[in-house]
Amino acid sequence: MVVGVAAKGGTSIAPGAQRRSRTGYFLLLPGMAWLGIFFAIPIATLFMTSLQAPVEGASGQYAPAFQVSNYADAIIEYWPQFLRSFLYAGIATLLALVIAYPLAYFIAVKAGRWRTLMLVLVIAPSFASFLLRTYAWRTILADESPVTTFLNALHVLPDDRILNTSIAVIAGLTYNFLPFMVLPLYAALERLDPRLIEASNDLYANPITTFRKVTWPLSLPGVVAGTLLTFIPAAGDYINAELLGSTQDRMIGNAIQTNFIDFRDYPIASALSFMLMAAILVLVFAYIRRAGTEDLV
Amino acid sequence: MKWLRSHLVGMFAVLALVYLFIPISVIIVLSFNKPAGKFNIRWNEFSLDGWTNICGVPGVCESFLTSIQIGLISALAATVLGTLIAFALVRYRFRGRSTTNLLIFLPMATPEVVMGASLLALFLNLQFPLGQTTVIIAHIMFIISFVVVTVKARLQGMDPRLEEAARDLYASPGQTFRYVTFPLVLPGILGAALLGFALSFDDFIISFFNAGTLVTFPIYIWGAAQRGIPVQVNALATIVFISALAIVLFVQIRGQMKRKSLTAAPANPATIDVLPRS
Amino acid sequence: MSTITSSRNIEDLRLENLVKSFGDFLAVDDITLTIPAGSFFALLGASGCGKTTTLRMIAGLEDPTSGTIKVGNTDITGLRAFQRPVNTVFQSYALFPHLDIFENVAFGLRRRGIKDVTPAVEAMLELVELAPMARRKPAQLSGGQQQRVAVARALINQPDVLLLDEPLGALDLKLRRQMQIELKRIQTEVGTTFVHVTHDQEEAMTMADTVAVMNAGRIEQMGHPADVYELPKTAFVANFLGQANLFSGSVTGRDGEDLVVATNGLSMRLPAQRNSATGTELLVGVRPEKMTILDEVDAGKIPTGSNLVTGLVTDVSYTGVSTQYLVEAPWGQVLNVFEQNVIVGDRCEVGDPVLVHWAPEHTFGLGS
Repeated sequence: MVVGVAAKGGTSIAPGAQRRSRTGYFLLLPGMAWLGIFFAIPIATLFMTSLQAPVEGASGQYAPAFQVSNYADAIIEYWPQFLRSFLYAGIATLLALVIAYPLAYFIAVKAGRWRTLMLVLVIAPSFASFLLRTYAWRTILADESPVTTFLNALHVLPDDRILNTSIAVIAGLTYNFLPFMVLPLYAALERLDPRLIEASNDLYANPITTFRKVTWPLSLPGVVAGTLLTFIPAAGDYINAELLGSTQDRMIGNAIQTNFIDFRDYPIASALSFMLMAAILVLVFAYIRRAGTEDLV
Repeated sequence: MKWLRSHLVGMFAVLALVYLFIPISVIIVLSFNKPAGKFNIRWNEFSLDGWTNICGVPGVCESFLTSIQIGLISALAATVLGTLIAFALVRYRFRGRSTTNLLIFLPMATPEVVMGASLLALFLNLQFPLGQTTVIIAHIMFIISFVVVTVKARLQGMDPRLEEAARDLYASPGQTFRYVTFPLVLPGILGAALLGFALSFDDFIISFFNAGTLVTFPIYIWGAAQRGIPVQVNALATIVFISALAIVLFVQIRGQMKRKSLTAAPANPATIDVLPRS
Repeated sequence: MSTITSSRNIEDLRLENLVKSFGDFLAVDDITLTIPAGSFFALLGASGCGKTTTLRMIAGLEDPTSGTIKVGNTDITGLRAFQRPVNTVFQSYALFPHLDIFENVAFGLRRRGIKDVTPAVEAMLELVELAPMARRKPAQLSGGQQQRVAVARALINQPDVLLLDEPLGALDLKLRRQMQIELKRIQTEVGTTFVHVTHDQEEAMTMADTVAVMNAGRIEQMGHPADVYELPKTAFVANFLGQANLFSGSVTGRDGEDLVVATNGLSMRLPAQRNSATGTELLVGVRPEKMTILDEVDAGKIPTGSNLVTGLVTDVSYTGVSTQYLVEAPWGQVLNVFEQNVIVGDRCEVGDPVLVHWAPEHTFGLGS
């Protein structure tokens, strides 16, 4: 699923094989209409809702307006959540990269006949419910659990506990989106010609230099795709913060959810959503441009 | 030293896999638990209650079936719509290609919470009643992009000369599609449908925003998390996990057997069926 | 050019009792040989004969099961690839796709911490005639150009030994001939020992001073290309290096310097020193181009003492330079005969009864 995004899209078929005819539009129409009506229009609605003003005297009712101050209000009240979202997602993405890279490298380069089985094992955890998997971390990281006891014995935990701290939230995010990191990395490393590694060894590069100068640069498309596919859902997630963190660890997703569903403050919730989406898109495009791989679609 | 050097990466890889499976084993182990209090988070006593009386808690099996139903409908619809788009993208020239690509890419780059919230905003503005219909609409929307990407990769991986060969051998465009193109793309389409079902079945955030009073399996778990998740949920999740794993392993092993019996043909990376690759 | 042809002391490459097995499979079976410094050495053999494994062991990309590899008197067996004074031109080149030509060529120098690489790289690109391409990426170059980059990237490091793994395999025939001459020129210019692995016997003979024919992990025969071709010592070499007609027979006597052999009811002669068989049973061999084909009516033109076989022409193929005949001998064996197309129009046809003869001094004997 994820690898598809990582795949180089530029290999379009020779022009001769493509036909220009009305059939093309007919094939596109139903699906694109669906995306237009239920994705594009809702985003537009979201934007309009974010500018609505409360109706005087009728609590919970909002009317179309151009109240830009909603955005200011949202930022003033929720900037810590914004900050936390990007910080937690960023740290989780880095950790996932560190864990996923050796795994993906091993599967792509060394696993041989175990390759398929290992790939299946990477995606298999996704078959168990996301919520239950996250909930299971409550058991693993509980205060008297072996993990916590061990780390406490080493005196490395600032609060002597993991559960209901930011560490647990970041651990949960790292865990949950790890397969999204592994698969694109695998796809990139699998394309790596092993002879390039040999050539580098032959040309006086030791294993570390070979990694720095050959393997890493050639796997960059996978790194870019993997970090995006991990960072985006992690930044918008609120399940990990809700199930594993304390009220001090709430992320922007929690704020959107409570404002929409509990407070029914639609303009503020919409402003938050819209800003989250805009921030992510800006980050994504800046990142892709910097990494020089624009063929993500 | 030398042994360590050549096995270091392998040991990291195995550790990473173990890490991936720790929570899974917790889920499975706790499905045989008899919790001391209402929260099933600590091992207490062996019991088969969760398995023998799997629908024993009100609402669990209903929500499970609801999720299966929603998953089937959403996956089917999204697969049809997405496959058509993929064919159009690979096989036809048309104006507005970059807009189309953007509209397919954006749902994958948008956090679920934003998609859920924006659809809810739309339904609220239209005063459209929330329920199974709105959840299915939402699921189809976010699955389409994944189907397009999967099927497109498969189509692009196909040798265009195969279709030319069919046409050379007197096949009409319709016959070419029916006897050559479609059978070759079918594994990709089935893989996309399976993926779509999995995405729909496990989706919580988008569903939660648009479900109203409807309870899907993830929504049930979310609600139960506050007052204690019954062991039955662990048992059901274990069943889902094992059967999904079995399906994927079956497809992979069968694919490998097929490839082995056709040793003359070099292994084509595009033939991995459930794991869509580039 | 002076930066490249430095007056270094190049030393011999020695392989001693080199063995490599993969599980039960013995890929390289106890090879001992010395490759003289500055020579162009070709390892020739069919795929799977162990030649590439041998090369990879010299490069340090494969660990030998036993045996040692030495440059001069220095044992390099335990050194890893990046520690060896040996560089490789890889099959299909393995150029780094993310680096331009300049950086590909500079790669080895930079790894060894050389500060100013520009003069050396420029001189090297000059040598392989690619100076204008320095800032292009490998994908923008033609196959022949990529091949030269691969050579430059390895040679710039002034290795004691340059290994070439089927370096011309990916090129078309015409370019291959051109590159053969080019590689030979470069080798003469830099004076480095070249070890060239190929399955193409013509390529090996064109370029190398010494060829070693490998079969099943062993070296069957080694020597100057012309010597190996003219006097093969085993049936495998006779058939792998060019073509050969082989007749099984047994020695019946000796006539001066020649052996007399009875084969298929005929009597043939060959010089005793051209026989490598130890017993009386042997294979009598002759190269197709050493044979002359005559119409039966011209029997009088055959010089006395020639070896002679009668037969029927079963196939004629005209290849431009020569005509290749298949001639069926009375005992059913089909002989290969090449004839230079010196005279136009005077050719035998299918079904013609013919006489095939050749001089005893072109005949060789092999153990059967």
